[in-house]
Amino acid sequence: MTALFDINQLLDELEKGLRLMLTERGIEDPALIGIRTGGVWLADVIGKRLGIAEPFGELDISFYRDDFSRIGLNPKVKPSSLPFDTEGRDIILIDDVIMSGRTIRAAMNEIFDYGRPASIILATLIDLGARELPIQPDVVGSSLALEAHQRIKLRGPEPLHIELQESGQ
Amino acid sequence: MTANQPSPNHLQLTRDGQLRHFLTLDGLGRELLTDILDTADSFIEVGERSIKKVPLLRGRTVVNLFFESSTRTRSTFELAAKRLSADVLNLDINTSATSKGESLSDTLLNLEAMASDMFVVRHSQSGAPHFIAESVTPGVAIINAGDGRHAHPTQAMLDMLTIRQHKGRFEGLKVAIVGDVLHSRVARSQIRALNELGAAEVRVIAPGTLLPRDVEDLGCIVEYDMSRGMKDLDVVIMLRLQKERMEGALLPSEREFYRLYGLSQDKLALARPDCIVMHPGPINRGVEIESAVADGPQSVILNQVTNGIAIRMAVMSMAMGGQMAERQQKQIDSEETRG
Repeated sequence: MTALFDINQLLDELEKGLRLMLTERGIEDPALIGIRTGGVWLADVIGKRLGIAEPFGELDISFYRDDFSRIGLNPKVKPSSLPFDTEGRDIILIDDVIMSGRTIRAAMNEIFDYGRPASIILATLIDLGARELPIQPDVVGSSLALEAHQRIKLRGPEPLHIELQESGQ
Repeated sequence: MTANQPSPNHLQLTRDGQLRHFLTLDGLGRELLTDILDTADSFIEVGERSIKKVPLLRGRTVVNLFFESSTRTRSTFELAAKRLSADVLNLDINTSATSKGESLSDTLLNLEAMASDMFVVRHSQSGAPHFIAESVTPGVAIINAGDGRHAHPTQAMLDMLTIRQHKGRFEGLKVAIVGDVLHSRVARSQIRALNELGAAEVRVIAPGTLLPRDVEDLGCIVEYDMSRGMKDLDVVIMLRLQKERMEGALLPSEREFYRLYGLSQDKLALARPDCIVMHPGPINRGVEIESAVADGPQSVILNQVTNGIAIRMAVMSMAMGGQMAERQQKQIDSEETRG
């Protein structure tokens, strides 16, 4: 079990997969966007590993969530910030965990409100399966299946580590 | 305060403390006011995008119900609702003809039949938005866009947002509100917000004839002499002279008023050098404020207008969110009862 939670190993996988994909697609100047909060920490790390000097974007998807009509507005919403023009850019979108796929749908809707990117590559550190929408990551650090009582969370930014929470404890 | 007591919060907040109407700042604590300002900050960013719209209120109908005309407030509410993707209906209703209570109830019944989700209400009578919030169908949010002399909470909050943007904090700030406090619903809401958010000192500067009785009870210091009142100020908020509300001889003359209480460059020089100048608009140039001040480097009057859209987006989405979360909760409760 511990091997799965070696953060550096997962980051290595993510970096390797992204390099391969960028080469395959002939993308030389990708722009990074992280989804708050975990995805932003990862964008910082991956950006450095890939040698991307351009500042990365930060997305807060609160205004695009599809459960607004059930739970209302997230009171801790922060402004999104995209320090580059997305129009025509090749984007690497990063998040810590993918499950239902709803966060990614919201994030893509938001990105398109800034402009029309040339392409989006989706990278997630951990894929938990349990998808509810036809959205799949292009690059993952690791895939795993959790028990019903387990939750996983990326903690950071210093040090970046993965926490497995057992409910009822 | 017990839950059964009809406090403003009983009406304004859900069981979990989320906003569901926005009627007055009374009873809203610092945390919720700060949440409103923080949410508005995020909406400012939306206003700078290529597509200035988010889908939060998609499919919802917002009715701007203005029983008293106001171009700026109505248009910023309209723009705010549209940027939240809502459908907007603007109704300007002249109340002078019929008995007000009756026409209000009838109007409401008709609008509810159109399946509206939110009423933005401006009315010349204090308490009209409260009355509507009490009688409206559950699930419909009411936003106060100014009622009589009582409150104008979105204006006060956009002023707070503007102050925070320029000063970064409220602690330690000395703020003065100058002019026609008597007829001003904005001043009441501003004094309330400034005290709740932790301003060091709130002054009102006005002639005795333009101050409400017991104004100090609102939480401010009264100063009749403007030169004294301007000392050490971080923020000066000018109020519009509400000529249309003046009855009788409250003022000697506009010229006399300007001489004593108008904000000229000379008087502004008595405040701190980084003191910002605010005005809710529309400005009476040469009556409350010198043109050179209104257009000068310390003026943030146009920032206030931009911030007005963001504050209204914040309040509308928070209230609608509270209403919808409550609807959801009621559905779960009733299913549990049945099950």
